[in-house]
Amino acid sequence: MGVRTWIDSWPVYRQLTGTDPLGRGAAAKSGRSERLTPRVASADRVVKSVCPYCAVGCGQNVYVQDERVTQIEGDPDSPISRGRLCPKGSASLQLTTGDAREHYVLHRRPHGTGWERLDLDTAMNMIADRVIEARRAGWQWQVDETRTRRTLGIASLGGATLDNEENYLIKKLFTALGAIQIENQARV
Amino acid sequence: MAECHPVGFQWVMEAKARGAKVIHIDPRFTRTSALSDLHVPLRAGTDIAFLGGIINHVLHNDRYFRDYVVAYTNAPVLLREDFRDTEDLDGVFSGLDPDHRTYDNSTWQYEGTEIQAASGARDQEYEKRTEGGSSVAEAARGEAHGAGGPPLGEGEPERDETLTHPRCVFQVLKRHYARYTPELVEEVCGVPQAVFRQVCELVADNSGRERTTAFVYSVGWTQHTVGVQYIRAASILQTLLGNIGRPGGGILALRGHASIQGSTDIPTLFNLLPGYIPLPHAHRQQDLSAFVQAEAAHKGYWAPMREYLVSLLKAYWGEAATPDNDFCFDYLPRLTGSHATYETAMAQLEGTCKGYFVLGENPAVGHGNSKLQRLAMANLDWLVVRDFSLVESATWWLDGPEIETGELRTEDIRTEVFFLPAAAHTEKDGSFTNTQRLLQWHHQAVAPPGEARSDLWFTFHLGRLIRQKLAGSSDPMDRPVLDLTWDYPTKGELVEPDAEAVLAEINGYDADGNPLASYAQLKADGSTACGCWIYCGVYADGVNQAARRKPGAEQDWVAAEWAWAWPANRRTLYNRASADPEGRPWSDRKALVWWDEHQARWVGHDVPDIDVDKSPGDRPPPDATGPGALSGVDPFIMQADGKAWLYVPTGLTDGPLPAHYEPQDSPFRNLLYGHQRNPVRQLLAPHPDNRYQPSGGDPGTEVFPYVATTYRLTEHHTAGGMSRWLPYLAELQPEFFCEVSPELAAECGLEHTGWATIVSARGVIEARVLVTDRMPPLTVQGRTLHQVGLPYHWGPNGYSTGDAANELLHLAMDPNSQIQESKAFAVDIRAGRRPRGPASVELVRSYRTRAGIDARTGTEL
Repeated sequence: MGVRTWIDSWPVYRQLTGTDPLGRGAAAKSGRSERLTPRVASADRVVKSVCPYCAVGCGQNVYVQDERVTQIEGDPDSPISRGRLCPKGSASLQLTTGDAREHYVLHRRPHGTGWERLDLDTAMNMIADRVIEARRAGWQWQVDETRTRRTLGIASLGGATLDNEENYLIKKLFTALGAIQIENQARV
Repeated sequence: MAECHPVGFQWVMEAKARGAKVIHIDPRFTRTSALSDLHVPLRAGTDIAFLGGIINHVLHNDRYFRDYVVAYTNAPVLLREDFRDTEDLDGVFSGLDPDHRTYDNSTWQYEGTEIQAASGARDQEYEKRTEGGSSVAEAARGEAHGAGGPPLGEGEPERDETLTHPRCVFQVLKRHYARYTPELVEEVCGVPQAVFRQVCELVADNSGRERTTAFVYSVGWTQHTVGVQYIRAASILQTLLGNIGRPGGGILALRGHASIQGSTDIPTLFNLLPGYIPLPHAHRQQDLSAFVQAEAAHKGYWAPMREYLVSLLKAYWGEAATPDNDFCFDYLPRLTGSHATYETAMAQLEGTCKGYFVLGENPAVGHGNSKLQRLAMANLDWLVVRDFSLVESATWWLDGPEIETGELRTEDIRTEVFFLPAAAHTEKDGSFTNTQRLLQWHHQAVAPPGEARSDLWFTFHLGRLIRQKLAGSSDPMDRPVLDLTWDYPTKGELVEPDAEAVLAEINGYDADGNPLASYAQLKADGSTACGCWIYCGVYADGVNQAARRKPGAEQDWVAAEWAWAWPANRRTLYNRASADPEGRPWSDRKALVWWDEHQARWVGHDVPDIDVDKSPGDRPPPDATGPGALSGVDPFIMQADGKAWLYVPTGLTDGPLPAHYEPQDSPFRNLLYGHQRNPVRQLLAPHPDNRYQPSGGDPGTEVFPYVATTYRLTEHHTAGGMSRWLPYLAELQPEFFCEVSPELAAECGLEHTGWATIVSARGVIEARVLVTDRMPPLTVQGRTLHQVGLPYHWGPNGYSTGDAANELLHLAMDPNSQIQESKAFAVDIRAGRRPRGPASVELVRSYRTRAGIDARTGTEL
């Protein structure tokens, strides 16, 4: 390291001689911080998305590197949010990649005192069997001699956090099954 | 709004920077109040008195927009001679059946005609319109009436454009609100007269030709036993002031979930089919024609209900739906009353409902009277919970409050529980509909981890498996499942259904499979299929319009090329009303759409909300029906008369005009009427864990002297399922607390950051105490009232924990919407932590005993 470089590396010198007299920018930068780049700069791609919390619908840019989400930021293009996110929206990275998320199916037997792992396919088959049985048990062709063609055996709750396409399939399937107790957060 | 929709609030601040006045009306001082010109604290549960007072001010001082009111509302329409108002009957309208707690709405109709509603309880008109087809006995209120009489035509109602006839809507309205004076507002709401008059003047001064005022609300208005009438009161005021269909006007619902608007439009709701088509109620000899005859309007855009419904049935049942079998209309299940979520909980307690899917919702702490929800789930055969983390609705059998109190024992609970991890929004394609009806597409960024799957995947494969297992069944019960169109293309290793293919079905297609561009193309002959008629056009030209992202900076203020709004990419509903009857903007400042004489069409900044070539002078013949029967001066195109309804002749279960009733549990007497509460509020069958409290000075009222209200914080989301597990957010709001005034703290010995115990007849909770001037005491009916603020995000699981405020709630509900009364109820508060174990149950029981509560308390008419 030459003397010149050595002096240049001294923040106070840079502050006094450079363009940053208040020492809040370039003057205070170390060699290490100068070499740092934002994680979004090295992303493989940016995927356009929408914040999953409230119904304002702020735009999100999802940064992906090595098939992992590395950052989620506000989308400046959105005429709704103009790049801003609130504390919840800003925490979307933790929501989607945090370690509090469960990754595997869990099962609690009747009268059981704890969870057990269950294979997803097995669980899906078990659930399908239970739907068929509960649907039949609660079936009503008529009420007071008036046709109802329905079941009160099964109910479903939730939809406001889901996509339109998901709500569409839920409503379509359950209606065809004759279930009417289909509800979501809009009721509360 | 600054708290719960902070990024949306930037536009309020932009307006303020341009000179707009911002008024915040809320029991609490919040971040919104801090940025407003005026904060008006009021007693929770009294907004109809407050809004009624402004309506009275506007009518009494001739501050209404007369040209708008005469041309675009039903103010001039004459009502029947036998209609009686709450002023005549001390708090009830004509038609009350006290034994069944329902109204027969026959006398509410217009003189000499009969009209159908654009939403709400359209089944009210069923019998009159079909001359029979009576519904089953157990039908809930407002869904069927035995009044009989000849069906009336839906002709032109009699009008008095001078607005002076004593039976015209305008005069009825004037009489109805005459006693809602500033003096009364002060007594009922606890708002000083001078402050109230200031609000009246600000609102009235800022309305008219040159200026418009907007009202913004959220669940602070809906979660009441009179919630729908809160919104109605705002509708009356905004319509009188000419603030609907114009830029800067409106009544804007700020909704709280990413696609709660979408899940209302494409409803996972018991009483609706996609696009607000009612799900049929059970009636004898009901076929498609009878249903449409009963439920559709004769005029306007609800007249083609048959087109919308047949296209939906074709989307559901494809080739199986033919003209010969009524397009499978009979495959639809029928309602016999309310089957809303709280009735479902009761059906679970009774053992009728045995299996339950909980999809991204957390009723174990997020629903009113959470204990009833948990007890109901403990009586199921099986429960499927799909979420990111182990929310309370998945673990109540292991560590719920009833396990702690000893009311339930894990080993005794027979419910089988499946927890399935859900995919996040970054892990799937799909659209959300935001609070302004905008469909925005989010693209998949990565694959979901482990066994996490989208709900599209779950529903599709569940349906596939059920169909597989039922294949070959000859039971007619199984036909609707087997005939269902369920052949969506899938992709990738996970066999994920193609969300865009589902969107294409929602949009609709013609007989050749080409995407439709507009609901005007829908046919009743089965040649079109459409999964949700109001979304028709979102996939026009085979292009995903919801995925459009032309940067806002490159567009005008309407930003019409960002995503897609239903209907027809129209951004402001009823915008024909932004122009005068001749089609000219009411003012240059407030121009939105207008009639261009040269082009002979409607033009402007937004997609016009009227047939573009219908001239302002258009007057269809009296016998015209359908959309073509609307005239050039009918801006409210969904209404059967094309007009905004100051007075609602049909569609509501609890009255044609909003009247102030006290909340179900209230320390105060109703000063306006002899009836304390909404006489037709929806009460559940008596249950020991859902007791109501004495009110209005009845013996025992004093046991619960404070008014509590629940709300959200910026740093958490709803019942916490998407926020209490996030370290960032848990650090910002680490535990449950209550907000009380210094005066209440002194009265009850509460210490800042110490503990408080809050009790109702349903439950007891503890919270950290936040002593703050943000919760000011009010003077109501001559005495000091303290209110208690309770954010409701918590439960025992996650990083940020605490008791659930919803434990305190009763289940008395709005009879139109079946929504619980979270926003105003009476409690007691005392210093210290709540008791543990059985002592906690004992404490609530002792309060009930002290207040003399039994199964009948609070159930009076």
